[in-house]
Amino acid sequence: MKQTLITLVEDKPGVLNRVASLFRRRNFNIESLSVGKSETPGVSRMTIVANEPDSHKRGNLYFNLLKLVNVIAVKDVSSLPCISRETILVKMATGPDQLNDLNEVVKKFGARIVDMGSESTIIEAMDEESAINNMVDALQPFQITEIMRTGKITMRKGKTHNVFSNNINSEPDDLSWTPDHITAYQN
Amino acid sequence: MNQTQKNITGAEIIWESLVQEGVDVVFGYPGGAILPAYDALNKYRDKIHHVLVRHEQGATHMADGYARSSGKVGVAIGTSGPGATNMITGMATAILDSSPMVCITGQVPSNVIGSDAFQEVDITGASIPVTKHSYLVTDIKDLASTIREAFFVARTGRPGPVLVDVPKDIQNESTEFIYPTEPINLPGYHPPTETNESHLQEFADMVNEANKPVILAGHGVLLSRACKEVMDLAEKASIPIATTLLGIGGVPDSHPLVLGMMGMHGESWVNHAIQDADLLIACGMRFDDRVTGTLKTYSPNSKKIHIEIDASEINKNVLVDLAVHADLGTVLRQVNPRIESSKKADWLQTIARWHNESQSRDIINLKSEQLMGAQIIREIWEGTGGKALIVSDVGQHQMLEAQYYQHDEPRTLLTSGGLGTMGFSLPAAIGASFHEKDREIWVIAGDGSIQMMLMELATAMQENVNINIAIINNGYLGMVRQWQQLFYDARYAETPISSPDFVKLAGAYNIPAYRVKTLENIIPTMKKAQATKGPSLIEFIVEEHGMVYPMVPAGVGLHEMIQRPRSENGQSKNQEETVE
Repeated sequence: MKQTLITLVEDKPGVLNRVASLFRRRNFNIESLSVGKSETPGVSRMTIVANEPDSHKRGNLYFNLLKLVNVIAVKDVSSLPCISRETILVKMATGPDQLNDLNEVVKKFGARIVDMGSESTIIEAMDEESAINNMVDALQPFQITEIMRTGKITMRKGKTHNVFSNNINSEPDDLSWTPDHITAYQN
Repeated sequence: MNQTQKNITGAEIIWESLVQEGVDVVFGYPGGAILPAYDALNKYRDKIHHVLVRHEQGATHMADGYARSSGKVGVAIGTSGPGATNMITGMATAILDSSPMVCITGQVPSNVIGSDAFQEVDITGASIPVTKHSYLVTDIKDLASTIREAFFVARTGRPGPVLVDVPKDIQNESTEFIYPTEPINLPGYHPPTETNESHLQEFADMVNEANKPVILAGHGVLLSRACKEVMDLAEKASIPIATTLLGIGGVPDSHPLVLGMMGMHGESWVNHAIQDADLLIACGMRFDDRVTGTLKTYSPNSKKIHIEIDASEINKNVLVDLAVHADLGTVLRQVNPRIESSKKADWLQTIARWHNESQSRDIINLKSEQLMGAQIIREIWEGTGGKALIVSDVGQHQMLEAQYYQHDEPRTLLTSGGLGTMGFSLPAAIGASFHEKDREIWVIAGDGSIQMMLMELATAMQENVNINIAIINNGYLGMVRQWQQLFYDARYAETPISSPDFVKLAGAYNIPAYRVKTLENIIPTMKKAQATKGPSLIEFIVEEHGMVYPMVPAGVGLHEMIQRPRSENGQSKNQEETVE
């Protein structure tokens, strides 16, 4: 089962290195990691997708992430209502002669042609991961030469929880240091 | 105390900050990138004693030994590049054993960082896996607050080593020194402060319902200063206690409820008690593989409570029925009043029977022509009245020490448990001697392990530290040889190891030294060493092929241990037996 973790980290040098190093050193399988500035100055938000079949290892990954001093909060949203998106750029060795066929695919997947030369075309798309995968399949006849994907970015539906509160019990839903969260990973 | 001074250098800020943190001894070695700090040290001689080591790894083990013995943060200082990389083994040793330590390293000047400058290594990055946290100071204005934060992180929560890397130009710059007093702002650092009421009641209910409980006491008992609370719980409900290697000393070994060390070289009755228990109460320990044997058959019929300050340790190796993520002492102070008194006579009698059955196998009862490691440990215990601070190294002697030296006081055994760092004992004892100024200190090392940090004999001599060094010399890397004997058909690949003449070697350092080959000579020779002010050394020549039993081989259950050979008529039968 894929595990999606939304993580707030201090925007300091080396933080990405610490997170990536944790995955390698603890032997966790990481599928994608996206990071960028958040709504709060000095704080970045990450979406991490891990692939750990064992639920206890998933719990262990969660608590190891939280243990990093620069990691402010972690929320496992794997089974919560969320919006997830991935952006992709695809370059094909395809010129204007195949425009009609290409347009059909582009239209079907809600993509856009963003550059077209005599021998190459770039399209962009943003959608759920599965739709992106389907589009890549549909583009195979057009001689794909490059693919660039951002990895998944995810946002929970509903109200925003305050994760900066110093009172552990004020927002047990997001401040993950309550003992209840430890049992959350037990089957 | 918040001092404000006009413009001082970064080098001076380092020392001022250490003074503010209450540091009075540091262990270090100078070099190019830390030169400004060493130049400034001369102004702080009256406040801080600097111990010049012979290898930066030694500095880290000294800081670690000082920290384990005192409970305060130990400080090691080194230069950039090789100085810093030499400290990595010491940081790894400290993080696996949760020892609070701050390492300060010089770094090449900011403008050449990343250029492969002379003696440049990215130690902030390299130390990530072996530290609790690490810092590269990029602005002199952050220097004091970074050092303060490093001490805070090192000593709070689950303690551990923290590295502060200070480029040379930052040491040379000047700024106003204000040691911060406001609360430390670490939005991502939340050691637990509260416990959940429902967990406390569940904890108490599980203990009150148990018939065959065992307390597993780990290093957390010492780190949380919860020795009394653990004994209160044990005595109230008559719960026997097994300790981990690092938990030794957290509860008094001579107490009738204290069974001894568990795990790979734990006594049979200890491991049988764990396997047969209906409740395990794990206190500040992490179910290391050396403690559990194979997880498949580990204590199969017990419910398990785990009280642990580091959430990432809970359900890591052993799945538990009740996780209490909190400070151990705080939890037990709340739980103990809810515990009902009980005697558990049947359970304690069962364990006592196991204990009696294995007495006949005790190596102490054997007669041997040659001296045996266990006998030496027993004599050292007798000769020190059981009151010494023992710093053991890694190997057979380490396990024999854990089996045969009874520790009745906290922080009287320092040893590298998690990492198993050979060479730890001598420097760690030197470090500890700066805290334990009145207690007798004994290093117990093998002929292999002492040679890993032999250069620190010079530091011991230079500081005239009052330590006694016992080298148990069997001419082998004994524990590795034991594994070769048991699991590699006695093919002793590279385990026979030669040594210098330790008595002559000590003489070269002006350290009084003795050699002992017989049981009768141990105590009289110890008396000579004990009478020596400053370091002394005794080399004990022991049986070459001595084994440490019981032993739970890798990959089998705790109950499937290899027992000591049964002693009949005081004669050792040179073969082992496996018992269920």
